[in-house]
Amino acid sequence: MQYMHKYASPKFFYTLAGKLTPWIAALTALLLVAGLYLGLFVAPADYQQGESYRIMFIHVPAAWMSMFIYVCMAGAGAIALVWNVKLFEMFAGNCAPVGASFTFLALVTGSLWGKPMWGAWWAWDARLTSELILFFLYIGYMALEASIDDPRRAARASAILALVGVVNIPVIHFSVEWWNTLHQPASVSKIGTPSIHPSMLAPLLLMSLGFTFYFFTVALMRMRNEILERERHTTWVAQLLESKS
Amino acid sequence: MSKQKSYCSCNSTDVPGFLKAIGCLLRRDLTVALRRSTDVLTPLVFFIIVVSLFPLGLGPEPSVLRTIAPGVIWVAALLATMLSLNRLFANDHADGTLEQMVLSPHPLTILVLTKVAAHWMLTGLPLVLISPLLAVQMNLPESAMGTLIFSLLLGTPVLSLLGAVGAALTLGLRGGGVLVSLLVLPLYTPVLIFGAGAVAGVTAGIDIEAHFSLLAAFLALALSLAPWAAAAALRVSLD
Amino acid sequence: MLEAVDLECVRGDRPLFSHLSFRLKPGELMHVTGVNGSGKTTLLRTLCGLTHAATGSVLWNGSTIQELGDDYCSQLAYVGHSNGIQGELTAEENLRAAACLGTAADITRIPETLERLGLAPYRHFPSKVLSQGQKRRLGLARLAILRKPLWILDEPLSALDVNSVALMTEILLEHLAQDGMIVMTSHQEIGVETKIILQLQLD
Repeated sequence: MQYMHKYASPKFFYTLAGKLTPWIAALTALLLVAGLYLGLFVAPADYQQGESYRIMFIHVPAAWMSMFIYVCMAGAGAIALVWNVKLFEMFAGNCAPVGASFTFLALVTGSLWGKPMWGAWWAWDARLTSELILFFLYIGYMALEASIDDPRRAARASAILALVGVVNIPVIHFSVEWWNTLHQPASVSKIGTPSIHPSMLAPLLLMSLGFTFYFFTVALMRMRNEILERERHTTWVAQLLESKS
Repeated sequence: MSKQKSYCSCNSTDVPGFLKAIGCLLRRDLTVALRRSTDVLTPLVFFIIVVSLFPLGLGPEPSVLRTIAPGVIWVAALLATMLSLNRLFANDHADGTLEQMVLSPHPLTILVLTKVAAHWMLTGLPLVLISPLLAVQMNLPESAMGTLIFSLLLGTPVLSLLGAVGAALTLGLRGGGVLVSLLVLPLYTPVLIFGAGAVAGVTAGIDIEAHFSLLAAFLALALSLAPWAAAAALRVSLD
Repeated sequence: MLEAVDLECVRGDRPLFSHLSFRLKPGELMHVTGVNGSGKTTLLRTLCGLTHAATGSVLWNGSTIQELGDDYCSQLAYVGHSNGIQGELTAEENLRAAACLGTAADITRIPETLERLGLAPYRHFPSKVLSQGQKRRLGLARLAILRKPLWILDEPLSALDVNSVALMTEILLEHLAQDGMIVMTSHQEIGVETKIILQLQLD
């Protein structure tokens, strides 16, 4: 517990994050450039969908990230609730806008992908509908956090909401899948991920990793800001600001 | 120190006291709600009005109404439950009775479950009882009536239980009513899908046993987890 | 015995008070004073377990209140700023509900308690018709019904007239005589001799 106490101290984290951020940001840029290059230029055109399938290289990783970040948010919230660690409270809160953005990205790219196939900008495809509900869950989380003035109460309440959400997400996925198979009109075809050619797998994984490191970069930067704000009464912050000015 | 004997060192897990507390709390909540009868009647009237709006908006063509009836009645039930959630904890919070409940030696999870039960008896149950009337209005065939009632009977407690978590989280916040809707409506979607799906299914003649099993499973899950989450949320909100 | 060890409370991110320690033994009354906003209510709520302290702990007979959980609640009676009564219920129904939610409550004492507090004529009226002072007395009536050793009271004498203040003081003294403990805030002078005064100062 003492070990965790040292690493969980805001001051230690602030300095550590400050050192790590440039490296992680550089790694992010590298991965994203590599992924996009391989995905947009190197991978061959799909037999059925032609070039338009390439949006998958953004859509699929974005959808994965939206789920991954929600689980991180719920996990961090659980740790913050049980062990009362302020750092995890901050992390959970900062996950939400990033996760919501990825969800929104997945929705938009999903819609763009669907237009050539469906002829419409939106169809109630199972995956897109699940993403939409996930988007509502993120919005609800952010709305709750924004409505509570006391940061501690906000973090704890949002943590409970995230945990309730994370339990519900598999239920929602399953229900929407079922609902979709029943109501599927014959003319709409599901966005099938084309059978994965090895040259498509590499950019997919690179993009996913790139997005993940992007998430870490943004989370670290946001947390540093929040640490400065929440610890503004302490001496180390005062000294830091003095040395900067 | 012998004077301490004047204070009973009763165990808080004193069983007769515990069951008595639940019965007493149930009776108290029902009494208070019935004396504030407008609080109880308004969601019910809202339910009726919302369902009546659809024929007005879409035209009274019977086949259209029959198709949309399950979804419309279910969505209206969701919205009516949302409206009624504010009377679950907010009034008790305002007059200080909620704090007294949290400070009670009896387990808060069970007390919360009791409050939700009282709430459901005066919100969900009336919705279930009045649904046949609305089904007739929406031209739902009589064969589907039983399914509608049974699906609402299984589903409305889940709505109340999940709603309790939302209400507990948003205790005392400005913009409370709409905020609760934002939090809880996405969580209601599975119940909506299978509840309305059961009624639509029975009209189309497909087997709906799976729907009811799932609704029952949701109810079991909600009964075991929601009171605990709501109790935790109450403690956080009162902190 | 109630003990606070190195208690620190914050509101938002703003610290209210820190390094607060005290001991309260049976038969003692602690009067918490301080200017408005100094954290008196927060301290009382922390002693109840409603609010969590940032650091430090509250001990009851040697164990922390977190460890004791519901067992601590069974030793405690709290009356906050709001009276904890419901307007739709009559005075008698309110006290019955309070008795049920607690343990070791004595329902048979409800009529005499109402009598003593001057609420007997109103026992069958809904509480919302009572005056502020009467509502306050009803809120405090639970103390006589619940019979807990520790009383935590936030401004119990507010909204009370002179006679009621005298009555309440009498009730406080009786409780102390039976080896009870009281922690209370009050802007008014409390006519009790054996007391500890705890002055809270904002950090």
